[in-house]
Amino acid sequence: MASTNVVRDEYSPLVDLEHSHEHEHAPFIAHHFYTAEQQFDSGKLGIWLFLVTEVLFFGGLFVAYIIYRYNRPEVFIDAHQYLDTLLGGLNTIVLLFSSLTMAWGVRAAQMGDNKTTAISVLVTMVCAAIFLGVKAVEYSHKWDLGLLPGNMFSYDPHAEHPHHMISDYLILLCIPFAIVFVVTALISILNLRTGQTLAGRFHGGLAITMLGFFLGVVVGVVWNANMISHEEHGEGHHAAAVGESPVRPVSYVADDATSKSGAADASPATATASNVAHPIDKSLGVFFSIYYCMTGLHAIHIIGGIIALSWIFYRSLAAHWRPDYFGPVDYVGLYWHLVDLIWIYLFPLMYLIR
Amino acid sequence: MATVTQKQQLFGHAASNHYLDASRGVMSWIFTLDHKRIAIMYMYGVIASLFLAGIFALVLRTELYTPGPWFLSNAVYNQMFTLHGAVMVFLFIIPSVPAIIGNFVLPMMLGAKDVAFPRLNLASLWLYWLGGIFFIVVLSTTQLDTGWTFYTPYSTSSSKTNVIAATLGAFILGFSSIFTGLNFIVTINTMRPKGMTWFRLPLLLWGLYSTSIIQVLATPVLGITLLLLIVERTLKLGIFDPAYGGDPLLYQHFFWFYSHPAVYIMILPAMGVISEMLAVHCRKEVFGYKFIAMSSVAIALIGFLVWGHHMFTSGQSELTSLVFSAITFSVAVPSAVKVFNWLCTMYRGDINLSTPMLYVMSFIFLFGIGGLTGLWLGALSTDIPLHDTYFVVAHFHYVMVGGTMTALLGGLFHWWPKFSGRMYNEPLGKLFCFFVFAGFNLTFFPQFIMGSLGMPRRYHEYAEIYQIYHQASTWGAFTLGIGIFGAVMVLVYAWFFGRKASGNPWGAATLEWQCSSPPSFHNFEHRVIVSEPYDFESVIYDESVDGYIPVIPKRDLAPNQQPATATH
Amino acid sequence: MANQSHSNTASHGHSGHGHASHGHAGHGHAGHGHGEHFAHPAPAWILFGTFFALIFLTVLTVFIADNVELGSFELVVSMGIATVKSVLVGAFFMHMYWDKGFNVLVFLSSVLFFALFIGYALMDSYETLPNITNYYKPK
Ligand code: HEM
Ligand SMILES: [Cu+2]
Repeated sequence: MASTNVVRDEYSPLVDLEHSHEHEHAPFIAHHFYTAEQQFDSGKLGIWLFLVTEVLFFGGLFVAYIIYRYNRPEVFIDAHQYLDTLLGGLNTIVLLFSSLTMAWGVRAAQMGDNKTTAISVLVTMVCAAIFLGVKAVEYSHKWDLGLLPGNMFSYDPHAEHPHHMISDYLILLCIPFAIVFVVTALISILNLRTGQTLAGRFHGGLAITMLGFFLGVVVGVVWNANMISHEEHGEGHHAAAVGESPVRPVSYVADDATSKSGAADASPATATASNVAHPIDKSLGVFFSIYYCMTGLHAIHIIGGIIALSWIFYRSLAAHWRPDYFGPVDYVGLYWHLVDLIWIYLFPLMYLIR
Repeated sequence: MATVTQKQQLFGHAASNHYLDASRGVMSWIFTLDHKRIAIMYMYGVIASLFLAGIFALVLRTELYTPGPWFLSNAVYNQMFTLHGAVMVFLFIIPSVPAIIGNFVLPMMLGAKDVAFPRLNLASLWLYWLGGIFFIVVLSTTQLDTGWTFYTPYSTSSSKTNVIAATLGAFILGFSSIFTGLNFIVTINTMRPKGMTWFRLPLLLWGLYSTSIIQVLATPVLGITLLLLIVERTLKLGIFDPAYGGDPLLYQHFFWFYSHPAVYIMILPAMGVISEMLAVHCRKEVFGYKFIAMSSVAIALIGFLVWGHHMFTSGQSELTSLVFSAITFSVAVPSAVKVFNWLCTMYRGDINLSTPMLYVMSFIFLFGIGGLTGLWLGALSTDIPLHDTYFVVAHFHYVMVGGTMTALLGGLFHWWPKFSGRMYNEPLGKLFCFFVFAGFNLTFFPQFIMGSLGMPRRYHEYAEIYQIYHQASTWGAFTLGIGIFGAVMVLVYAWFFGRKASGNPWGAATLEWQCSSPPSFHNFEHRVIVSEPYDFESVIYDESVDGYIPVIPKRDLAPNQQPATATH
Repeated sequence: MANQSHSNTASHGHSGHGHASHGHAGHGHAGHGHGEHFAHPAPAWILFGTFFALIFLTVLTVFIADNVELGSFELVVSMGIATVKSVLVGAFFMHMYWDKGFNVLVFLSSVLFFALFIGYALMDSYETLPNITNYYKPK
C-alpha cells in the first residue's frame, strides 16, 4: 500500500502517467476523455448549444424590435433615414469576407496547415476590427446629432448641426484601440529583437488588428465627409427639410394618416438625403434604443470574437493544430459565423426599412 | 475472483485517498475541477441561501401573526418578502438539485471520470458565488422591494432600492445555470458508456437532461430581459417603461418566457431524484420507465407554451389568454403520468420506510396537491379571483418547497453515504422528516383557504377574519424551520461521526454505487458493469463489505464476451 | 492503491482501455489526410461559391430596397433573402451540411423556440393594439 500516501489530484503527475500513451499521440486530450474524437464531439455539441443560447439571447431583442415595428411602423420608417445604408452594406461585406477567411482557417487547421490558419485568422481579426472602426464612425456621428436612445433622444431638426470631420466621441472611441496598438506594437518589436519569434508575431498580429480598426475609421470618416460636401452642394441635410413642429414629448400612437403619407413620401434615397413629411418626436428614441441595444450587443460580440480569435491565432502560430486536433478553431469559427449570421438579419432590419 | 481486501477497496468504504482526501488546502477546493468537490461547494452555498432566505421567511411569518402592523414597516416588509423570494428562487431552488446532486452523481451514473467540461463546471460555480456576492451587496445596501419578478415600470422607475445590483446578480446566476445545463447535455450525449443506451439511463439523468434543455433555451431570455431592464433603468430606453413609450406587458412576456419554464427547471430534477429513490427503496423496477422518461421531456417542451397563464389579469388579450389556458391544462398530463407511475412502482413493492423513502412519499403527496391547484389557477374563470392571493402563494410553495425542497432533502439523505462515506442516523432522520412534512402542511394549507377567501399576497396588514389562518401558518413555519434545520444537522453530524458506509449500502443498481464511498478522485477503480438501472438482481449483499456488490455476469468468464463496460 | 492493482482483472478500466481504443485513433495522426475520420475540410470551391453568393444576395437586397416598391412585402422579401443567406452560412461555412444530424437539430431548435417566443408575443400585441390605440385616441 505504498501508493496510499500519494496525493492523487488533477495536478498529480500520476494522472499523466496513466495516460502517457494518449498524451504521446494527442497532446491536448483531457484526462476524462478516451479518444480525440470523443473530445471533439463533446466540444462541438457544446459550442452548438452555446450558439443556441446566443440565438435566444439576441432573440429577445429581435422580439422587441418586431413588436415595436409592428406597433409603430411609422417610427421605424422615419428612423431608417438616419442610418447610412452604404456604411452598413460595407460592413456587411467586411463581415461576410471575414466569415470566408474564418472558414478557410478552419479548413487549413483540419489539414494541419498551421501557417494558413494563422494568416486566415489574422485576416478575420482585421476584418472584425474594420467593422468596429466603421461602427465607431456611425455611432459617434449619431451621438453628435443627438440621435440617442429613449429619453435621451435630443435630435432637434431645427438646430444647426455642426459637422465635425472628427467628432470628439470618435476620438474617445479610438483611444483604447490606439493604446492597445501602441502597447502590442512595442511588445512585438521587443520580442522580435530578443528572438522570441512566437510572442513577437502574436503581438504583431494584434497590432495589425488594431490598425484594421483605424482603417475602418478612415473609410467611415471619408465617406461621411463626402456625404456632407454633397449636401452642401444643393441636396440639403435631412435636418433642414424637416417640418415645423418642435421636439414633441412621446406620442404613443401616431396618427394613422400621417404615418401612411410618411411612408409614401419618404424618398428611397440614402439616409442623409431624404425628405421627411412629418415631424420628428421623441418616440424615435425607442427606435434608437433598439438600434443601440442590438448593434451594441452585436459589437460586444465582435470584441469577444476578436479576443477568442487572438487565442486561436496564438495557438496557430504555435502550430497546435493537427487533423485529429483542431476543435478550438472550429468552435471559435462557429461562434464567429453566428456573429455574422446575426448581422445578416440586423442589416436589412435596421438599414433597409423603406 | 477478487479477494476480500480487493472487494473492500473497490466496493467498500474508501479508507483513504478518496476525493475529499486527494489533495488538501483551500486552494485545492477553489480551483478544483473535480465534479464532486464542485457539488459539495455548491451545497454549502445552496444550504446557506436556504437558511438565509428561511430566516427572512420566519421574520415575515412572525410579523403576520397579528393583523395590524407589528415590528416591520411597510417598506421593510416589502424588502423582506422580495429578498426571501429572490434568494430562494435564484440562489437556492434553481441550482439546488442539479448543481448538488446532479453534479455529484451525473458523471458517476455514466461511469465517467468527470463532466464533459470540468472548467466550465468550475466557472459555473464561480459565477454562482459572484451572483451571490451581488445579492450580498443588495442586502447590505438599500435592499430590494420589487418582488422576485422585477415587474416594470416599478422596477425601472419607481423603486428606490438597489434593483441594478439584484438584476445583475440574477443575470450572472442565469449564466451559471446555463453553464451547468450545457455541460450536462454534452456529458449525457457523449460520455455514456458502451451498453448504456438512452433507455438505460437512470431516470435522474432524464430529468436532468430535460432540465438542461430548458436551461439552455430559456435562461438566455432571462439574461436579455434583465439586461434590458438594467439599461431601461439607467438610460430610460422606452422599451418596458410606458412613461417613455415602452410596453410593460412586453416585460411580462419576456420574464415569463423564462420563468414559467424555470419552474420546471426547479421540479424536473426533483422528479428525477424521486424516481431514483423510489425504485431503490421499494426494491422494484420503476413502473413505466419510458413514460416517466418521456414525460420529463414532454414537460420541458410543453412548459414553453404556457407562460401566459401568469398574465391572465395583466391586460393580456383574451385570445392569448385562452390559448395559454388551454395548453396549461395539457402540461398537467405528463405530470400526472409521473405520479401514477410512481404509485404503481410502490404498489406491491418491498417498501423500506427509510428517511429517503419518507421524503419520497411526502413529495408525491405534496406535489399532487401543488400540481392540482395549478389547474385551478390555469382556468381563466377561477384565476381571476385567485390571482395574487395566498392561493397562488400556497400553490407554488406546495410545488417548490413541498416538491423540490423535499426531494432535495431526501436526495441528500439518499446519497449522503456516497458524498461523505458515512451513514446518517435513521431515527433522527425520520423524526425531522416528519417535522418537515407536518410543518409544511400546517404552514401552507391554511394559505389555500385564506387565499380562496380573498387574502391578497404581499400584504403587510390584513382583516381580522384571516388571523386564524395566519397564526396557524406561522406556527407551521416554525415547525418547518425546525424540521429543515434538524435534518441538516443530522446530515452534518453524520458527516463527522456517522457509521462508515459501504460503497452500495442501499443495494441500488445505478453505476454511482459501484465505487467506494466516498469515491476516489477518478470515481471508479475498476471497470463499471452496465446493466439495467433498476435491475436489483444485478447486485447482491456481501457481508465482507457490509453492502452490496455487483454480480459479475457469467459471460464475463469467457474472454471474448466482455460484459458491456465503460469502454468507448 | 488503485495503481497497484493495474495488472489485476478488476483494475483501472479506463486507463487500460485508453490503450486499446487509442490504437486506431493514434495511427492516423498528423499529416495524413485521412485516418482521423472526424476532420472534414470543406472543398475550396464551395467556400468561395458560398462567399460570392452571399455578396450577390447582399447587393440584391440593397438594390431591391432602393429600387423596387414592394410595400408591405418589403419586410418579407428582405427577411427571405436574409434567411437564404443564413442558410448558406449555416450549411457551408458552419459545416452543418456535413455535421451530425443531432447538432443541426440542436441549432434549429433555437430558431423554433425563438419563433414560438415571437409568435406568442406578436399575437398578443396584435390583439391588444386596438385597445391601446383607443385608449390614447383623443376623445
Ligand atoms: C402541474 C402543473 C402546474 C400548473 C397547471 C401551474 C399553474 C400555475 C398558474 C396558472 C399560475 C399563475 C397563478 C396566478 O398568478 O394567478 C402559477 C403560478 C406559479 N407556479 Fe405553477 N403550475 C404548475 C406547476 C408548478 C410547478 C411544478 C412549479 C415550481 C416548481 C410552479 C411554480 C409556480 C410559481 C412560482 C408561481 C407564482 C409566480 C408568481 O407570481 O410569483 N408551478 N402556476
Ligand atoms: Cu407558470
